[in-house]
Amino acid sequence: MNATTTTDQGSTDQGGADLGYSEVEEELRANVRALLADRAPANATLARTEAEQTTDTALWRALAGELGVTGLPVPEELGGAGASWRETAVVLEELGRAVAPVPFFGSCVLATAALLALGERKILPQLASGEAVGTLAVPFAVAPGGAFPADVRVSGGLLSGTVRHVADALAADVLLVPAVAADGTAELYAVTGAAVEPMVSLDMTRQLAVVTLEEVEGILLASGADAATALDAALETGAALLASEQLGVAEWALTTTVAYAKERHQFGRPIGGFQAVKHRLADLWVLVTQLRAVARAGADAVDRDAERALYAALAQAFASGAAVTAAEEAVQLHGGIGFTWEHPAHLYLKRAKSASLALGAADRHRARIASLTHL
Amino acid sequence: MDAELSRAIRDLIDEHDPATTPVADFLGARFDAGLAWVHFPEGLGGRSAPRSVQQEVNDAFAAAGAPTLDIGRHGIGLGMAAPTLLAHGSDEVRRRFLRPLWTGEEIWCQLFSEPGAGSDLAALGTRAVQEPDSGDWIVDGQKVWTSLAHEADWAILVTRTDPDVPKHRGMTYFVCDMHAPGVEVRPLRQATGEAEFNEVFLTGVRIPDAHRLGEVGDGWRVAQTTLMNERVAIGGHAEPREGGMIGVLARTWREHPELHTPALQDALLRLWVDAEAARLTSERLRQQLAAGQPGPEGSAAKLAFARLNQQISGLELELLGAEGLEYHDWTFRRPANPSMLEGSPGYRYLRAKGNSIEGGTSEILRGIIAERVLGLPQEIRVDKDVAWKDLPR
Repeated sequence: MNATTTTDQGSTDQGGADLGYSEVEEELRANVRALLADRAPANATLARTEAEQTTDTALWRALAGELGVTGLPVPEELGGAGASWRETAVVLEELGRAVAPVPFFGSCVLATAALLALGERKILPQLASGEAVGTLAVPFAVAPGGAFPADVRVSGGLLSGTVRHVADALAADVLLVPAVAADGTAELYAVTGAAVEPMVSLDMTRQLAVVTLEEVEGILLASGADAATALDAALETGAALLASEQLGVAEWALTTTVAYAKERHQFGRPIGGFQAVKHRLADLWVLVTQLRAVARAGADAVDRDAERALYAALAQAFASGAAVTAAEEAVQLHGGIGFTWEHPAHLYLKRAKSASLALGAADRHRARIASLTHL
Repeated sequence: MDAELSRAIRDLIDEHDPATTPVADFLGARFDAGLAWVHFPEGLGGRSAPRSVQQEVNDAFAAAGAPTLDIGRHGIGLGMAAPTLLAHGSDEVRRRFLRPLWTGEEIWCQLFSEPGAGSDLAALGTRAVQEPDSGDWIVDGQKVWTSLAHEADWAILVTRTDPDVPKHRGMTYFVCDMHAPGVEVRPLRQATGEAEFNEVFLTGVRIPDAHRLGEVGDGWRVAQTTLMNERVAIGGHAEPREGGMIGVLARTWREHPELHTPALQDALLRLWVDAEAARLTSERLRQQLAAGQPGPEGSAAKLAFARLNQQISGLELELLGAEGLEYHDWTFRRPANPSMLEGSPGYRYLRAKGNSIEGGTSEILRGIIAERVLGLPQEIRVDKDVAWKDLPR
């Protein structure tokens, strides 16, 4: 796979963003969508939320092995596809559209971004091939630009502490753990020996976990400024790219609701013929159209490393509310069936609301924008 | 852009120094070289090139410091009349009108809306009756909400030619001479105190049949070309970050730290985010449209900007507090080139109210998106099979 749309322009150029999709990206989308339609139908995803194992490992293996989409931004010499974050964003759109229960975001976005920032070469190839799953052991609600997480302490070379609400840890083989040394130095470790306990989560398509470390050994990946840089890269890339997943959620909500409004008859007419419904759906289409532009701008900014912090903040300040609105409209406009367990709308509502809190709620991102733009 | 096109631009600029050539002469040379609207046919300002290269051509001329027309006075001509003339005019009409329109020597306005036909434009009642002997059309009626009518040389005009058939079928589209006897233009004062717009009274106005665009009775279809281009013109332009109304508000905020409160800051930031999302959406639309024809997506951009302008200008007054109680001047005037970015905060607030009405109300635009983009059922139409003359009014 080739990155056909990447550019190498300067780092603060706001005019050079490519907000479209290349042919390669559209082809990638079609492949992922076809796989998900086949292997992750809504009834299976719903059943999986109540299964012993909430991760669909067979689907994960297919994404990694059959499609090879787990290492898109990773260079070929490290076992990746040598493509870009733009393609990764396209995969996220499709995974969001299916609320697919796979650890892609934790492994292929958060952990991969951190390791790429460090120039790490041992774990990265395993994550890129999908043979191992990684994630960043931080509370999922942590926002970029904040203090370095201090949930885990280092003493005598061993890590101890508890991190709650960790995304994709249940499926992870390796955790990237931010920790603080006795002298206050920020450090980043790779850990394989942590205790991981599932949490009853609002969004069971991405079940969170409590990670407990009791004097566990880890491999030191970075310390000091390097550790902070890697964490920033992970969280900002995550915030920017999460918008693409949120776009997928919102797209599902819009298209499913429009289809339902055409087919559902009340008062002898399709409900989509009533102006109260039509205008809400028109507004929703405008919102999703805007979300697409914001999500593409976010992916492009990460890819070009141009104003990454600002576009990440913009992405979450906008996408969080937009995806929640889309999911809430889907529930409401489906009426009675939209409130049932059997209809998948609630899975999208839970994903949208959880994602809006993930990596910081919108107010945190607005505050970041204020400081970055002097507002 | 291919080498031949680049060379043509370079040659034109070499032969007509943009710094010293009078604007109309430069633009005339650009028209004659087929570099005005490159996708138009040869001889009509174009060279049948792909529409997608137009932006590059414009950028190349801009980079050379070439003059352009003031969009405030020529926007209707360039954005709406020109594509309609091209699509529906006879060869004679296209040759007569496109060049002086492009060079700015003739100004255009749009005689569409009427007191009884706003959102329901197809209900319009301005009558055009053909004189059997001369073949000329005699027009009587009243138009409103007409920008530039007091300066215009020509108008695009939609009339009722057959009241005995349902409304969409009995219309005919003309080019109307604004200097013809029987055309009377009166200023229409707005809530801002100014008169940007006009009422136009047409009394026995004579229009030659040669100035008809499209067939008799086909005026609605011709008008669609104009209207789709209008929405693109209003909502589809690219802006730099903080380029529009949000930039005015952001500057006021930065210059007045004494006005800051946490609640106002959050309101400002929400609008900043929405404005940036709208800007990126327009930019994405522009990147896509560079290649194709205007579509209903332009309606989405217009809808978003209308809402944003109203919210932003409302917040600006709240931010200013006591100063927001003032207004710059209520004296009646005709602004030469009204700009919301330059007027007073009170003016911005009031003028923005027009944004969700002019060029298609936001409610009409939502209907267009729902039906044409999302494919939802059309409104139940009680007037569909009723002769225009029998409609309740």
